Amino acid sequence: MRIAISATGKDLNAYVDPRFGRCAYLLLVNPETLECEAVTNPGRTVGGGAGIKAAQEVVNQGVKELITGQCGPNAFGILAAGGVKIFQAPGEMVRKVLELYQQGELSELTVPGPSRPGPQGWGIR
Amino acid sequence: MGYQVIISVLSGKGGTGKTTVAVNFAFSLAAKGGDGVLLLDADVEEPNAGLYLKPTLEEVVPVSVPVPEVAKERCNYCGICADFCQFNALAIIPGAILTFPELCHGCGGCSLVCPVEAIQEKPREIGRVEKGRADFLEIWQGCLNVGEAPPVPVTRKLKEGLPRQKGKIIIIDVPPGASCPVVEAIRGSDYAILVTEPTPFGRHDLEIAFQLVQQLGIPHGVILNRAGTEDRAEADNIIEELCSTYKVPILLKIPFSPHLAALGAKGVLFSKVIPYWQEQFSQILSKIKERCSCANS
Repeated sequence: MRIAISATGKDLNAYVDPRFGRCAYLLLVNPETLECEAVTNPGRTVGGGAGIKAAQEVVNQGVKELITGQCGPNAFGILAAGGVKIFQAPGEMVRKVLELYQQGELSELTVPGPSRPGPQGWGIR
Repeated sequence: MGYQVIISVLSGKGGTGKTTVAVNFAFSLAAKGGDGVLLLDADVEEPNAGLYLKPTLEEVVPVSVPVPEVAKERCNYCGICADFCQFNALAIIPGAILTFPELCHGCGGCSLVCPVEAIQEKPREIGRVEKGRADFLEIWQGCLNVGEAPPVPVTRKLKEGLPRQKGKIIIIDVPPGASCPVVEAIRGSDYAILVTEPTPFGRHDLEIAFQLVQQLGIPHGVILNRAGTEDRAEADNIIEELCSTYKVPILLKIPFSPHLAALGAKGVLFSKVIPYWQEQFSQILSKIKERCSCANS
């Protein structure tokens, strides 16, 4: 079963991006084989609702576990409704965070972090 | 010019003195009598003309936007609505649809694209228009509720039902910037007053404002606030240069004066206590009328 990780780059040597909605890539990783597929986060460039867009992508990909730094209330609601568990990770290299994940060292996020509105007003509202 | 005269006060850069100019201009004209002056505070995210004018409210009109309401028994979770929405106000997960009304801009697109007609729109209140009076001045202000995203529906409501009465003067205090809420506020104006200050930021944003009003075809002039006093008059060059490049007249200079600033900080209209300024502001109208009649003939 693959898990999703918000990351700054396309492979296991990238770092965990602490921002979920605005992360550059969502890595879809098989923790057993370490096979890794990078998906561009569709929420990265939207005017508002980035977390919603990224969460929708995670749910669409059919993964049930997500590793990220923090997650706002809108994204949290979608992930919870989609049955996705969220694990909080430090902004370390993805490879290292996967080890922590396998050792059961990552704690599960059970409440959303603070909401942070996107850059509303760049001519998009 | 039509029946009424609509004059917008905008700036590009925030904090240059739009509201100061709008309220002093409106007050000075109203003090001269005539057929009535209406001040519209269209800075709906932070309407503050009322701080100076302290109006008595006579009418409050709620403003709402249509947001999607999904009939869950009809929805087949196809996701077309969520893909369509540019503001990510809908999300589909297997067996459920989630809506985020605070992100919705009320375009109604989701209900149009839904192939099974599962989405209806219902109104959600996002703000209000308040109408009142301060002395002989009529004032309408738009107020967007705290935390709401789209100001434009409030601006639109504010501009509904403007009096079309000969001789009526309508002055619009416009929000800063040059994006949608500004365009909505100044649309249909007969003239635009651009307020700026002699700083590089002031100049930069003034140029953007020039391009905006020129694209919209609104005649315009500049009021230079916090202008250089005699010992540092060269500070104004930065704006004068730009105005001459764009061939835009400077209608008035308001000096960088601690006295005016102190009055402003107390919420006192300086045109109310200094007759010189009341005269200066009232003369702007004749300058504008001259320019508009030249342009029309």
